[in-house]
Amino acid sequence: MSLLKYESQQREPLVDGNKTYHQVTEDIISPIEMKPSKLWYIGFYISVGLLLFGAYSVYREVTYGIGQWNLNKTIGWGWDITNFVWWVGIGHAGTLISAILLLFRQGWRTGVNRAAEAMTIFAVMCAGQFPIWHMGRVWMAFFVLPYPNSRGPLWVNFNSPLLWDVFAISTYFTVSLLFWYSGLLPDLATVRDRAKTKLRKLLYGVASFGWTGSTKHWQRHESLSLVLAGLSTPLVLSVHTIVSFDFATSVVPGWHTTIFPPYFVAGAIFSGFAMVQTLLIVVRKVMGLQDYITLGHIEAMNKVIVLTGSIVGCAYLTELFIAWYGQNPYEWYAFSQNRANLFSPYGWSYWLMMFCNVVSPQLFWSRKLRRNITVTFFMSIVVNIGMWYERFVIIVTSIYRDFLPSSWSTYYSPTIWEIGFYLGTFGLFFTCFFLFAKYFPVIALAEIKSILKTSGENYKAKMTDIEKADSEKFYVEEVEHAH
Amino acid sequence: MAGGVKKFVVGSFDDEAVLFPAVKNVRKAGYKIHDVYTPFPVHGLDHALGLRETSLHSAGFIYAITGTTTALSFMSWVFTKDWPLNIGGKPHFAIPAWIPITFELTVLFSAVGMVLTFCYLCQLSPFVKKHHFHERATDDLFVMVIECTEQTNEAELKSFLEKSGAKEINVQVAETGWWIGRYDREQVLYREEKGF
Repeated sequence: MSLLKYESQQREPLVDGNKTYHQVTEDIISPIEMKPSKLWYIGFYISVGLLLFGAYSVYREVTYGIGQWNLNKTIGWGWDITNFVWWVGIGHAGTLISAILLLFRQGWRTGVNRAAEAMTIFAVMCAGQFPIWHMGRVWMAFFVLPYPNSRGPLWVNFNSPLLWDVFAISTYFTVSLLFWYSGLLPDLATVRDRAKTKLRKLLYGVASFGWTGSTKHWQRHESLSLVLAGLSTPLVLSVHTIVSFDFATSVVPGWHTTIFPPYFVAGAIFSGFAMVQTLLIVVRKVMGLQDYITLGHIEAMNKVIVLTGSIVGCAYLTELFIAWYGQNPYEWYAFSQNRANLFSPYGWSYWLMMFCNVVSPQLFWSRKLRRNITVTFFMSIVVNIGMWYERFVIIVTSIYRDFLPSSWSTYYSPTIWEIGFYLGTFGLFFTCFFLFAKYFPVIALAEIKSILKTSGENYKAKMTDIEKADSEKFYVEEVEHAH
Repeated sequence: MAGGVKKFVVGSFDDEAVLFPAVKNVRKAGYKIHDVYTPFPVHGLDHALGLRETSLHSAGFIYAITGTTTALSFMSWVFTKDWPLNIGGKPHFAIPAWIPITFELTVLFSAVGMVLTFCYLCQLSPFVKKHHFHERATDDLFVMVIECTEQTNEAELKSFLEKSGAKEINVQVAETGWWIGRYDREQVLYREEKGF
């Protein structure tokens, strides 16, 4: 047996079980060829229900104005921008997995990248809703685009971080979509070639763009993926950096800090991986993909969670220290009174955030807990709640006591329509995800096949024998094939 | 059809480790491989087939600098020439503030341009109809397609493929045209590649 690539026997296999190429196709494609289960329908209808409720909430907001929300003069950004930042943050894990881990040659990304990228796209779609509907006169949303208009032309302000956001989010969405879909083409072709009915053949034929699997096409495809990964890597870091500029370039105490960009990016990856865990733990169970999304994958993601969670914790403490050390009375007041004081109106949210994001992920220093699915699932929810509160703390506790103490008395809590809008984005997200899981291969088929012979359990087991039997011959063969 | 029809001998392999020596042998024997269809990117197969490197990444670079210059020149024109807006008394020509948008457009142009170029070069689009030599080429088979010319001895070629380890061999006829691909044209002949 000759080897094309060798992987250390110390590493645990990325594909469990006795798999052949055909078996991989079977395992991943057959769930989408069957009729969906009852559970799928229940989940799907709940999601659509939430989506409709969200649509009605948005309808009320558009008809009656922003007054449908509890925002006021002092607290102009509340749940809407909190939710926006939260969703954008969640959208960061997919690109991190597919781009940065590709450049770092992390084999385990192949099992989770497809679903994580899909999640990214849906999360960014949800995120985009908030600033758009928050405009109030949403029919004028196109004013943010720099097009030659009849008002001068009066251009947009290119020096404004809010406009940078428009460019960052739309570019991020477009590039993620292209990256995701170009990776999907070969897998959709697999579905097409297995299709039994004419309609399926037609639909997947259209969706797969007539992919044949020609060597030259693969060569270009590889080049495309690599360059897109190279482009997406700084892109994903730039997006949350620019989102943090919305705050950091202002002069509001609590926002006006230079630590924001790296702190936001780490937080985004942290929450994004938590969401990937939440989704994939369910997906692998429901679709029976335990052989492809193994405990090893879950452990790897938990390691990222403990790392980024600790970076975020470090940032919280740095921020607090600098607020004191900087000797700016306004800054220190925002931190010591508006946030860290448990008995101030929003003190509870600060400590909830601290607990969820800094204390709880430390559980994952233990290997046993990293590999425990129940703990991971529970923790992924805790982290997502914590990261929502982080954005809430940053936004609301910084502005509810502004420079004019006479406007301090308001305690902001959302109306049902504000909550409804948020729930609606959950509806949008899960509706999209359910459809994705039903109609698309949730695991990157071609990529799994390309690592099967180096990281598949049965192949690794065979290799150990060869290696032990004649290590010299093994080495010669290895070198021969490496060049 | 304009180009008429062509005949192909199609050999399917089930292991890439068998495919590699087979590709080498077939080319060594003087046959011209039309294309090899694989279910996943087999590393090194493009070199084994004598295909040249793709220059898609160079295209990506050109699109990227187009994005950079578009963004920078447009923003400079707007804020210094067309409508110099006074924003808090700050300079009109504010390069640092334009970095984010410049970067985003660089990435956007490059990504969109590359994907479109990729689709154009590979002739991928929603409604194209292509000739698929084997439907398991997207599942678990590595499908080698060899074009038959007048000089080709079909029976000999078939037995040759069988000896090389092909699991399934058949002869197919396809209408010629762009839909069957044309990468054989850029394939260097084996003896030219090795210099004899």
